[in-house]
Amino acid sequence: MQQYEKPLPLIDSDTRYFWEQCKQKRLVIQKCMKCKKHIFYPRSICPHCMSDDMEWVESSGRGKIYSYTVAHRAGGLGFQEDVPYVVALIELDEGVRMMSTIVDCDRSELKCDLPVEVVFDPVTPDITLPKFRLSR
Amino acid sequence: MSIKRSAAIVGVAEHELEKGKVPGGKTVLQMQATVAKRALEEAGLTKDDVDGLFVAGSWGLPGVGSMPSVTMAEYLGIRPRYTDSTNIGGSSFEAHVGHAAAAIQAGFCEVALILYGSTQRSNRSRNLSKGRPSEYTAQFESIWGMPAPVGAYAMAAQRHMHEYGTTSGQLAEIAVSTRKWAKLNPKAMYREEITVDDVLESPWICEPLHLLDCCLVTDGAGAVVIASAERVRDCRTKPVWILGHGEAHTHTLISSMPDLTVTTAKESGQRAFEMAGVTHDDIDLVQIYDSFTITVLITLESLGFCKPGEGGDFVANGRTAPGGDFPMNTNGGGLSYAHPGMYGIFLLIEAVQQLRGECGERQVPDAKLALVNGTGGVLSSTATCILGRD
Repeated sequence: MQQYEKPLPLIDSDTRYFWEQCKQKRLVIQKCMKCKKHIFYPRSICPHCMSDDMEWVESSGRGKIYSYTVAHRAGGLGFQEDVPYVVALIELDEGVRMMSTIVDCDRSELKCDLPVEVVFDPVTPDITLPKFRLSR
Repeated sequence: MSIKRSAAIVGVAEHELEKGKVPGGKTVLQMQATVAKRALEEAGLTKDDVDGLFVAGSWGLPGVGSMPSVTMAEYLGIRPRYTDSTNIGGSSFEAHVGHAAAAIQAGFCEVALILYGSTQRSNRSRNLSKGRPSEYTAQFESIWGMPAPVGAYAMAAQRHMHEYGTTSGQLAEIAVSTRKWAKLNPKAMYREEITVDDVLESPWICEPLHLLDCCLVTDGAGAVVIASAERVRDCRTKPVWILGHGEAHTHTLISSMPDLTVTTAKESGQRAFEMAGVTHDDIDLVQIYDSFTITVLITLESLGFCKPGEGGDFVANGRTAPGGDFPMNTNGGGLSYAHPGMYGIFLLIEAVQQLRGECGERQVPDAKLALVNGTGGVLSSTATCILGRD
């Protein structure tokens, strides 16, 4: 496997389970057991009601492109060779948003609100990134 | 609670630049010292009159810059009894104005000095390719290589275009009108007129934003001196009163922004208007943070100068250019005058110079009331000030 040159997440106790589950090809998000809202990014307190009763639930992995950009300048080490590349905000069906990229697409067919689904990319032995592709 | 007319801006200064760089290889501390001295001298005050100090910056990190108001107080020999290093991005200085006026009204200080400086162009420290550490909450964004901050603003533009049909040509109009103001400002970095086609044909940075949709990368330093209503009488300058203020923020990660087409200028602006007791029609000129053309368009909508989605039509036909009926960013803005990282202090300086009638060729006739709105981070924070002369 080629050396992965891009930044990797510095995993902490808020985020460890999320990344462990990505490695198992499961996209998990938190749900507040008090106000029943879904939450992303993972954290120790519900930002809606301040409950600390949070549970992990598996996301459908489906959602839509809330917005995106095609970057023509590298935005970090390791991205120079990818220019131009897509960075997107995905709104999952559960209502939360996360940043990702869209793979296997013709950039000219991208539009806001197009449906997408998660695909998992094991970029290192430890880290698998949740990326998205247009739903067929 | 209102701070209306409890304090006024009595001194301002901006550092001169040559092709966007500070002449003579001055340090960021020297630049701030220069503008602090000039702004105080203009007001007829000394550094010993300053008892409130407000400094935000991105210099000296890690190191002395982590406590910027403390470091600048030491360098200048100021012993403040009120100190504030609030950093909410480029809007920090509009926030400082409100904090200073509140502190003055509460009796915590009488003369406040707000400072900013940057040598980012000389240092070549603004390098997109470095990226940002992927720790804590940023671990979910830095890994994707979004050029920061421009990628986030590009996503806002993309969403605005999708929801409202806003076009790149409408965004370009903002850059074109702003350049016309820069043409009238001898201190502006770029002064040659540009066309909508020039903007559209400039290279992509992050689609749908082109190079000419983006602010400059320059050095710069600015100072603002605020005095209590009592101390204003001792000052040499015509006072520019702080009539209204508001501030708000929602996110540091663009994925956490509630709605990419609306900023918290909606709240900070509304609070500022209510405090000042004025309406949109009363405003003679506006200074709107133009980190990118889309920042201006979304801010005008959020402030309520037009309805959501109508920003493109609002700025059409050179409306914000010299001679238009909505004078905006009259120094040439971050797009054409200067943009040293955190530009917000220059919005205040230009508004004050306009209200004092000192702007020569670019003077807005009979300007009495100005609105200043700063935006920081990735559309993260806003602060609004409404300023007026006697």
